[in-house]
This record gives sequence, C-alpha cells and structure tokens, in this order.
Amino acid sequence: MTPHFLDLGDLGFERGAHLLVQRALGELRPGTELAVTGRDPALLVHLDAWCRKQGHQVRRAGDTDDDVRAWVTRGRTDLDRWARAERAGGPDPGGIVAKPELHWGLAARGALVEPGGPKINADLVDRDFVWADIAPSLYAHAAAAQWDPAKAVHWDAEFSVPAEIEQAVVQVMTFLVENEQAALVIPARLLARVHPHFREVLQLLAVQAADEARHVEVFTRRALLTGGEMGTSSVSGRESLTTLLTEPDFSLASFLLSVLGEGSFLNLLTFLDRHAPDPVTRQVVKLARQDEARHVAFGVAHLQHQSTVDSSLRGRLRNAVEHRHQALIASSGLNQDVFDALVVLAAGEWTPQGIERGYAAVQELQAEMDEGRQHRLVRLGFPHDEAAELSALHTRNFM
Amino acid sequence: MTLVMGAVAYDPKVVTIWGGFRAWLIEHGLPFDFVLYSHYERQVEDLVAGRIDAAWNSPLAWIRARRLAEAADRRLTPLVMRDTDRDLTSVIVVRSDSPYKDVADLKGETVAVGAVDSPQATLIPSSFLAGRGLRPGAEVAIRRFDVGVGLHGDHIGGERDAARALMAGEVAAACMIDANHLLFGREGTLAAGSTRVLAQTAPFDHCNMSVGDTVPEEVMRRFGDLLLSMSYADPQVRPLFDLEGLTVWQPGRTSGYAALETAVDESGFYDGQGAVTAAGYAP
Ligand SMILES: [Fe+2]
Ligand SMILES: [Fe+2]
Repeated sequence: MTPHFLDLGDLGFERGAHLLVQRALGELRPGTELAVTGRDPALLVHLDAWCRKQGHQVRRAGDTDDDVRAWVTRGRTDLDRWARAERAGGPDPGGIVAKPELHWGLAARGALVEPGGPKINADLVDRDFVWADIAPSLYAHAAAAQWDPAKAVHWDAEFSVPAEIEQAVVQVMTFLVENEQAALVIPARLLARVHPHFREVLQLLAVQAADEARHVEVFTRRALLTGGEMGTSSVSGRESLTTLLTEPDFSLASFLLSVLGEGSFLNLLTFLDRHAPDPVTRQVVKLARQDEARHVAFGVAHLQHQSTVDSSLRGRLRNAVEHRHQALIASSGLNQDVFDALVVLAAGEWTPQGIERGYAAVQELQAEMDEGRQHRLVRLGFPHDEAAELSALHTRNFM
Repeated sequence: MTLVMGAVAYDPKVVTIWGGFRAWLIEHGLPFDFVLYSHYERQVEDLVAGRIDAAWNSPLAWIRARRLAEAADRRLTPLVMRDTDRDLTSVIVVRSDSPYKDVADLKGETVAVGAVDSPQATLIPSSFLAGRGLRPGAEVAIRRFDVGVGLHGDHIGGERDAARALMAGEVAAACMIDANHLLFGREGTLAAGSTRVLAQTAPFDHCNMSVGDTVPEEVMRRFGDLLLSMSYADPQVRPLFDLEGLTVWQPGRTSGYAALETAVDESGFYDGQGAVTAAGYAP
C-alpha cells in the first residue's frame, strides 16, 4: 500500500543517516508515512530521537510489517521554517532593491532568506544614497589593477640625491602617509555602515581601503629608504584631516574626501612625478596616482547619480564645504615644512634661480588643483562662478 | 493580574528564551513575567506556597510539586509541555566490544549514571535496573557524575562524563537519554559505532508548565491557548523554539510520569508528601 520506503543499509545516525531520511521525507507531504529499514543496531533509538527534534512522528513497525523497522510520519517543521522566506533582491545589480531589509543582514544578495534573525547594524540602506551604476565596473577594474608593493617598485634602484633634497622627499612622504591614513580610515568606516546588499559598493570601498593601505606602505618605505627617520606632522594638517573623519554623511564624506581631497591629490602626485629626484619616488607616486584616479571617479559618479534623485544635494555639498572652511578658519592650513619641501623638490637645487623656479611651480600646482576642483564641481552641476567660489574655500592642506 | 512564572537558570539561554516568550505573550495581551531560580527545589516550594503562579518544571520538579500540593490540599495543573517532552527513552549503553549481551550480564559490574537528581540519566535507569533484578548498590555498583546538582539533569555534563567514563573503560555501562546517545555519537564523545545500546526504557515524559491554583481559570486557559497557538512559522517564535528545543507546544499530560514516580519512591528521593529525603542531596 505504501510506495514510500527507505533502506538505510548499515548506515546509522551517528554517520549521517539523517541526510537520507531527510531527503526521503522532503519529497513527501506532511502527514505522509515513510517506511524505514536498516541494519544499524541503534537505528530505532536514534530515529526516534532525531525525528522528535525535527517534528516528525515515529511508530515502530509491527510483526506484520515485513522488512520495515519503523514508520515515520512527516511533520512540517522544515516547511514552516521557510514558509515566509523571501529573496533578498536579485544577484545582479538589476536585482538591487531601493531599501533592503535590515534583517537580510549579511545574506548574499538574491539568497532565500529565512525571516527573523538579527537586524544588521547598517545605517546606509538607501539605494539612492549609496549606489552608483559605475560601482561594479570600477570594482572589477580596481581588482584587476592591484599591484604588489614588493614587486611593482624597484626598491633597490641605485640613485643618489643631495641630502637636503632627500630631506624634502622625506617630508613630503611623511605628509602623504598622514593623508593616506585618513583616506584609509574613511572608506573603511563607511564600508561598515553600508548595507551588504550593495555589495559592489562594499567591495569598491574595501579595495579603495586596500589601495590606501599600499599607499601608506610605499610612501613610508620611500621615506625610510635612506635615512630611517620620518619628517614632521603639524597640528594644522591633522586638524584638516580630522574634519574629514567627523563627517557622518556618506555623500558629504565622499564629496570632501574623494571629489575635493583626492582630486587635489591627483595634481599633487602628478607634480611629484614630474619633480621626483629619484626613480623610487617617481614609481610610488605614479602607482598611487592610478589608484587615486579611480577613487575620484567613483566619488564623482556616485554624487552625479545622487544629484539626479536628490535636488537638495548641491545645497548640502555647498554647506559641507563652507562648514569645513569655518571649522578650519583658525587653522594655518598646510604644514609649512611640506610647502617648503615641495618648493625644494621642484627647485632641485639650493640656488636663488632654483628656488624661484620651485616656488613658481608650487603656485602653478595650486592653480592646477583649483582648476581641477572647479572642473569636478561643474560636473556635479554647479554653475561656474559657484564652483570657483567653493573651490577657493577648500583646505590649504590639499586633502 | 500578571502571571508570574518561575524558571530554572540552568543555562544563560534561559534568559533569552523566557525574555522572548514574555515579550510575545505581552504583545498578545497576556501580562506575564518570570523569575529565575538557581535550582528546582526552591522553585517548587515557591510554586506550592503561591509565591509564583506557574513554574516551568522538570519532571522531577513536577512530581515533588504535585506531592507537596496534594499534601497542602492545593491543586496544580500540568498545562502544556513541549512536543519533545513526550515519549522519551533512556538507554543503557555498553562498549561494542564488551561481552554484555543482556542487562543481567551487568551483575557485579559498575554502571555510570548522571547527577543524583537526573530523571533520565540516574533515577529512571536505576529503577529500570532494579526492575531487572539489579539493585543499585547491591547487584550493581553505581558511579554517579554529579554535575549541576539541583538542575534535575538539565545540565548535560553528568551524562557526558558518564559517557566518557564508559569510553575510558572505567565502567561497564553508562546511562543517558536517547537523544544524548545520538548527540555523543555525532560529536565524537562516543566514537560512532563504538557503543551498543544494551537496553532501552519504556517511553516517559519530561518537563511541563505547572500552573498553581492562584491563577484564575480564565487566565490559565488564556495562557494555555496562547502557548498552544505559537507557531514555528512565526519568525519571532522560531528562534525561541529552537533554543528551547520544541517545534510546538502540546497539552500537558501526566500519563508519562509513572516510571519516575516509582523511581523516586524506590530511591527515597522525596517522601510521599514531597519532602526531600535523598541522602546527600543539597542543591
Ligand atoms: Fe591614496
Ligand atoms: Fe584614495
């Protein structure tokens, strides 16, 4: 009469028999009986104990039940567990939802999620606030462009740089490390606040943090290459960077750091590439520059996307610049040692003509940074005059 | 009135479980709170004295509470129990390579049991052995593993230690609940296939929600109905059920406590009026 029969052979529950029972029951409707047989001596004891916990009923076979040791009536606990399950969006970017549920938590996007469970402690949960369509391709590009600091830089290249020029290199590297550490901490902090549903954004921020980790490493290593001692760190430089760390808003943080700060950094790295007194300095700034270009691209793309859905965005960006300017108004801005070091690097020699040339080059650098910022502000939809005004308020610390 | 239930804190998860049930019951309109006890004896005494309205009782606690209540002319109701409290069995396990073929073969040997107050690992198996002519302390020696005394065997430690003693060759047999034999086999305390079930007791029941007569009929019915209505499909309930180890609440019944009643009498654990008479039992 019953077509449902399972023979466990010698397999016992201590060795995985439950998998076969579970599979056989899975094909049945609740209330249906499964005949179970097998030769494991503890089969009946363990079948009872296992079924009790799983919500299935067991009755022992009678004398007339040939070759059957027990009958299991399928319960519905496993079905109930998944009864109200839902898909956490879809796996592709097209499957991203506007507002993922907090209880989806760490579930893979597109996974079938059992309802209930802890809510993830993420506060960046709005597609419009965190997503940019360019994120997946930027991530793929970033992952492909990772380089190994040990191999990408020829650390043992032979060079000789006059002591005072070398000192300028050390000072600039010390300054770069300080900025890179801010650039490392900020995406890392944001990452932990973004709902994992937007996984490409997390991936991108993670790679960005990994980029910065390498920058910290190579700049430190270049600073220590000859003398073994770092340069100075001024209060004003750290003040400027601290205002970046305290910005809680994802868009505003990304605007201040990536669009304005890292944007200006691109010009600085180009400048250092041009005036590098040795091949190692040139290599490390070139490598960092490639990465920074991606960071700027994501920041701009993200804010461009957002400005299309949020008409108040530009006003808030403007406020953020003004607010930071106010916060730094009493600060002297750039570390004088850094400014001087840049002049010396561009001069390349301690002569009046050299210093004049170097000074002019640094002024030109500042003009280029200003131009770059204005250009990116215009891309975000600011009119030219407003872009010029806001760019002028940017910190003198570059980042 | 707020129905106040006692529960024994045998594990930190008890707070999660009953805190969760409390929130659910209150959301469903039943004022409910719970207090925690460090062992069952005080909980039972407080229940019968009317200091709490209900108690989540071990089977042994139920037996004592019932005896105390009857002696004091009070009435207790076993309102609900877990589906997993019904029809449990204990097993007497030996090493596969041992010569014992039957319980009688254990005559003159040493049998490991759990804590002095464990229904499943000590009281019922000891009574079972006595019923087969092997009186503990006479025809068989008993080696007890007193872990979590006062928790009525809720702490698994005694059973696990008994199983380890069996593996170590210190005893001829060990007593444990059927589900723990499976658990120990799967976790490796007992290597798979290294033991043999020598005997299995008849089915018996475990915990119940004992409700005192301080609770109006109406409130008791509401409490029972709400518990019985809890569904494993409810995402708020399911994690609590998983922690507490049930898939559904079922009506309470007393038909599964006879073996333990007999065991309590045989061992003199409690007297007929519910006084603690077990030698050396000090939770
Ligand atoms: Fe960087
Ligand atoms: Fe960067």
